[in-house]
Amino acid sequence: MIKKMLAQAYIWLLLIILYAPIIIIAIFSFTNSKVLGNWTGFSTDLYVNLFTGGVNNSLIRAIQSTLFIAVVAATISTFLGTVAAIGITKWHGTKKKIITFLNDIPMLNPDIITGISLFILFVAVGLSQGYTTVILSHIAFCTPYVVLSVMPRLTQMNPNIYEAALDLGATPWQAFRKVLIPELKGGMVSGWILSLTLSIDDFAVTLFTKGNEGLETLSTYIYADARKGGLTPELRALMTIIFVTVLVLLIIINIRANKAAKKN
Amino acid sequence: MRRSNWAIPYFIFLLLFVLLPLVMVAIYAFQDNSGAFTFDQFVKFANEPESINTFTYSLEIAMITTVLCLLLGYPAAWILSNKELNKSSVAIILFILPMWINMLIRTLATVALFDFARLPLGEGALIFGMVYNFLPFMIYPIYNTMQKMDHSYVEAAQDLGATPLQVFRKVTLPLSMPGVGSGVLMVFMPTISTFAISELLTMNKVKLFGTTIQENINNGLWNYGSCLALIMLVIIGVSQMFVSQDDLDSDEKGGLI
Repeated sequence: MIKKMLAQAYIWLLLIILYAPIIIIAIFSFTNSKVLGNWTGFSTDLYVNLFTGGVNNSLIRAIQSTLFIAVVAATISTFLGTVAAIGITKWHGTKKKIITFLNDIPMLNPDIITGISLFILFVAVGLSQGYTTVILSHIAFCTPYVVLSVMPRLTQMNPNIYEAALDLGATPWQAFRKVLIPELKGGMVSGWILSLTLSIDDFAVTLFTKGNEGLETLSTYIYADARKGGLTPELRALMTIIFVTVLVLLIIINIRANKAAKKN
Repeated sequence: MRRSNWAIPYFIFLLLFVLLPLVMVAIYAFQDNSGAFTFDQFVKFANEPESINTFTYSLEIAMITTVLCLLLGYPAAWILSNKELNKSSVAIILFILPMWINMLIRTLATVALFDFARLPLGEGALIFGMVYNFLPFMIYPIYNTMQKMDHSYVEAAQDLGATPLQVFRKVTLPLSMPGVGSGVLMVFMPTISTFAISELLTMNKVKLFGTTIQENINNGLWNYGSCLALIMLVIIGVSQMFVSQDDLDSDEKGGLI
């Protein structure tokens, strides 16, 4: 009994320390003082400003760029990775080892190395840096995760149904659309969601590949803002929204996973 | 078209955007400004006390962070995976949650906490911030391994008269080592390569190796920057060799979503 109480106390103490910073930010997102820690009365100004553009427009633009890059990169990665996974399952021996190794590199490489190496490539070939280079870089580190989410579905599925479709006169494209895609949908969806979060979350790779034509994503915007000294107060509201969204999403995913587990 | 050909576009993409950039970093590291082959960059690194100091200091900070995360995280993972001590799944979700929030936001939250508590920013804030950022990455793989562990081994040891300490030392600890391995790697790798975070947590007072690399690249010293990046890559490669690939496959990639 005492052992259990001690164990629970340890867990919750650790959680309180982990969450203290986030909770402080959330509390002070409801007051409009410039400096954090200075309570000047309850107000929802920061949230209102965030949505009505009362803040300088650059924050809104950064949020839009972040979402645009994430959706484009995740979608291309999902397509590229799914098609690749279908092919890779047919590769064997050394060839397969090489492509699996190459596929592992972006996942094991630290962000800063990925960022610098792509920066050097883009500079060397003279590609002007902006949306294109950022999206290409995001595809490079997202696609491996798509490949890994789709591959297990391919090895689990019955290989004969694709052949059966071909025998019954389907073109490869039809067989792909009508047979493979429905079987792989689950893996593709989790690959897409994972890519989306990785892309939104990325800071280091974007910083090195965004160029200096004024393109900012949320991370690089926050970085530039924090380096200037004071943090734009509206960011406290934004952080709180991001935190609550992630919390709600994780709870939903967990409830769904529990339900699915119970059904089985 | 044969299905094996479907992987070719991605294979070419990998060659162009994963392999080629790394090869270029390696080539740049052995060149001078005019493109001639040289070891000068490495000589420069060895002879510049500031670079060497930053490098060893970063190693030190990364090791301290990793050890602290292990000391704090191992008991937490053990309690969370123990059905007698913890029944709810709420706590584990709360531990995983920060992994999904942007690293910069979490860092700035730490800065906010230190400001709020009127504590000075500096080395203490840096280590606190790093542990705060990376603790979930230690807990999660260890928790995963412990959960998959066959509980009958523990029961067998107890039936055979082992004391709780003996059960832990001879059964639980060895069986959880794969999780510890990937946890250590998942904390050590990002801490050794971190940049930006240290600037924000120490008001630019402390510089880490990642920041040095970034500064050199930003200042147009690509050859020297590449040399430093290559040195970091070697460190990471060596630390990865200590953890077998199988552990990574099962813990790092699987089950994050």
